[in-house]
Amino acid sequence: MTTGTDDALLSIEDLRLEAGLGRVIAENVAFAVRPGEIVAVVGESGSGKTMVARAVLGLLPPPVVATAGRIVFEGRDLRTLPGSAMRRVRGARIGMVFQEPMTSLNPALTIGRQLDEGLRLHTSLRSAERRERIVAMLGRIGIDDPDRCLAAYPHEFSGGMRQRIMLASVMLLKPALLVADEPTTALDALVQRDVLELMVELTRENGTSVLLISHDLSMVARYADRVVVMYRGRIVEQGATDAILLSPRHDYTRKLLEALPRRGRARAVPTAEGAVIEVRNLTVDYPGRAGLFRKGRPKRAVDGVSLSVLPGETVAVVGGSGSGKTTLGRAIIGLIRPSGGEILFRGRSVMGGGGSREYRHGCQIVFQDPYSSLDPRMQVGAIVAEPLRLVPDLSAAERAERVRRVLSDVGLDADYADRFPHQLSGGQRQRVAIARAIVRRPAFVVADEPVSALDMTVQKQILRLFGDLQERYGFACLFISHDLAAVEQVADRVLVMKDGRIVEAGSRDDVFDRPQHPYTRRLLSAIPTLEPLPEGGFRLSVRHGQEALSAVS
Amino acid sequence: MLRFALTRIALAVPTLLIVAVSVFLLIRLIPGDPALLMLGDMADPHSLADFRRSHGLDQPLPVQFALWLGNLAAGDLGRSITTGQEVLPLIFDRFLVSATIVVVAVALASLVAVPAGMLAAWRQNSLTDLAVVAGATLLLSVPSFWLGLLLLLLFGMKLGWLPVVGYVPFGQDFGAALAYIVLPVATLVLVEVGVIARMARASTLEVLRLDYVTHARAKGLSELAVMGRHVFWNAFAPTWTLIGLILGNLLGGIAVVETVFTIPGLGRLLVDAIFARDYPVIQGCLLFIAGVYIVVNLVVDLLYPVFDPRVTA
Repeated sequence: MTTGTDDALLSIEDLRLEAGLGRVIAENVAFAVRPGEIVAVVGESGSGKTMVARAVLGLLPPPVVATAGRIVFEGRDLRTLPGSAMRRVRGARIGMVFQEPMTSLNPALTIGRQLDEGLRLHTSLRSAERRERIVAMLGRIGIDDPDRCLAAYPHEFSGGMRQRIMLASVMLLKPALLVADEPTTALDALVQRDVLELMVELTRENGTSVLLISHDLSMVARYADRVVVMYRGRIVEQGATDAILLSPRHDYTRKLLEALPRRGRARAVPTAEGAVIEVRNLTVDYPGRAGLFRKGRPKRAVDGVSLSVLPGETVAVVGGSGSGKTTLGRAIIGLIRPSGGEILFRGRSVMGGGGSREYRHGCQIVFQDPYSSLDPRMQVGAIVAEPLRLVPDLSAAERAERVRRVLSDVGLDADYADRFPHQLSGGQRQRVAIARAIVRRPAFVVADEPVSALDMTVQKQILRLFGDLQERYGFACLFISHDLAAVEQVADRVLVMKDGRIVEAGSRDDVFDRPQHPYTRRLLSAIPTLEPLPEGGFRLSVRHGQEALSAVS
Repeated sequence: MLRFALTRIALAVPTLLIVAVSVFLLIRLIPGDPALLMLGDMADPHSLADFRRSHGLDQPLPVQFALWLGNLAAGDLGRSITTGQEVLPLIFDRFLVSATIVVVAVALASLVAVPAGMLAAWRQNSLTDLAVVAGATLLLSVPSFWLGLLLLLLFGMKLGWLPVVGYVPFGQDFGAALAYIVLPVATLVLVEVGVIARMARASTLEVLRLDYVTHARAKGLSELAVMGRHVFWNAFAPTWTLIGLILGNLLGGIAVVETVFTIPGLGRLLVDAIFARDYPVIQGCLLFIAGVYIVVNLVVDLLYPVFDPRVTA
């Protein structure tokens, strides 16, 4: 018995999702996934894309419920399937991979038990056979010592490895459909590509279709056969990936495509003035775990780094997770005590004693996660005003005026001052974080992955805002990121970090167009870019693809 | 694991020493003279001096302390001033009585409260949830002595089902012993069940939100398997710490309950000793309680990795 779209594996028809009192999460959602096909659902947070994915598995978080439509999978409407039958579909026929590798494996169970669980439930294999299959799969995903891995716990693995294990656990059962909800958003560019490539290989080997949920259009474009664009709970456009890239019809799709960071013109930075921040041979060690009578062996996070940032200049530090880039940024503004080297602020050393007051006021930071970097119990006005408390002779009225002005600088109305962080969106919160950083007119701002937690369209706004503010106030910026696309848009100069050392440094155009170090080339090739075509559409391209391959082999 | 345990035990020594010093000094700061209390106001100065000399109370404080500490190291806590019994066996006897009641009560309370809390979290915002939360809050706000008295009135006096006061050791007559501890145990269970249930509910809610729970469901596991295998082990860790703290606290004496039900437990021993200014017994009891607290916490910490392998002992 076949219903719905002729040869579709999954076909969603007129699906409507509501939360509580008739609040519509998604409506009129209709698309199909054919066998062996990769379909991407793209949209910003709040577009309803994740909820649609959850609905397929019948795992909508309360109070969200599906109130209309059909979800036809292998000829049966999953919405009308009783609980026990649905449980036989979950895992066995439809697998799901989640966004956050840190929380999607159970920390209290060994990898072996978690992988075994699904096989035991859905197959009649004997214990030894299951083990054999699991070990083969772990070998397949690139685990060196599968036997040891079985007894290990999730926390013993990196984010990328966990995501591979997660994929293994789902693909062990050879499901007909894999639902992947932002499977690589939390990973850095290189790992992101590895995991996605593994996903594509594994699903292709087993003929599994993929429903890929993402906010990142360029990432999706590289792998998906077809794209479904969702905006505010509705599908605004769907079609073959190439066709959509070439001629996006809906305004929102075009906005998404245009939101992709793009290289600006190289700016002329005055070099006559001395550097705002100069770092010489900086070393940062983290103490190892010590016993009662034993000193732990320290781990070197930053290893002999030298750099300088001129007034008004943006220097980007790029590298994968664990490269030491965040530690470097924090050490420069005095949040972490370096174990060696020297930091100069406006030509004066700030080592020892935490540095002068001028240095501490002159250096500010914007953190990555706008959800945890703002005190949830303080109103926006108070958060932004806090750095001003140390300004002498500032009356309450003047302070309020400064806050109002800086809020308007970052594009927030004055009445935002009375709101609490939880009443703001991610982008608005990051605006508040930026306002807090610049309210005292610092000479130097460290921006630690300031946009990687935000949607594409919001990323674009925040990056542009950052550039405008820098032009107006002339602060120097150390822009720390694993996102090369964002770096390409904002940076004047680029430093590439690997294992605590700088492996390549140069002007943005040099590093992006003429990368010298093989690691830089690998990084660059890991991110697909969408090139705008003169006739209006976009074309997917990969930089230094061939060079990177030869560099790796 | 062994290293961790040994380190912790080694670190307990200074803690116990600090407890010993403060216990020793504090009780001597309390006004009152054991000699006067024992012999009465009318005793003649000569016999008072005799009493003090025989109990070492005429020595300067540092000498008294050194003597006590020396004996302590040899495992001798001295003799009670009032009854002349050896302190250590006395404490052990009384502790056994308290510990039986406390361990049974905490175990029962956990067995009721943890599933109740998990059920409430699983059915968040349902009537079940409301009932559990309301019941827990009610029990939390009832003082134990009042609850004990009410239970006494109902089951002891009105219905006459259970003996009202007293205690029979388990070795003597199992049935009678059981009958005697039912009410004190019930009182403690009712008092502690609220705290544990609230904790279990809160930590279960926390875990239910995480992706791996959804992942477990996406594997096709039944709700029972999801709750039992994936949620319980992770949600239980914070509750386990709380149960450890409660156990440590209660083992240190349940004076109020023991007083209401006239049970010869450690708490009663301590209270009586304080009234009698029975220095050796007070010192012994307090030191023993501190020791029990340290041991209970050590055991809790050592068992923690069972629930959360990220914590390596």
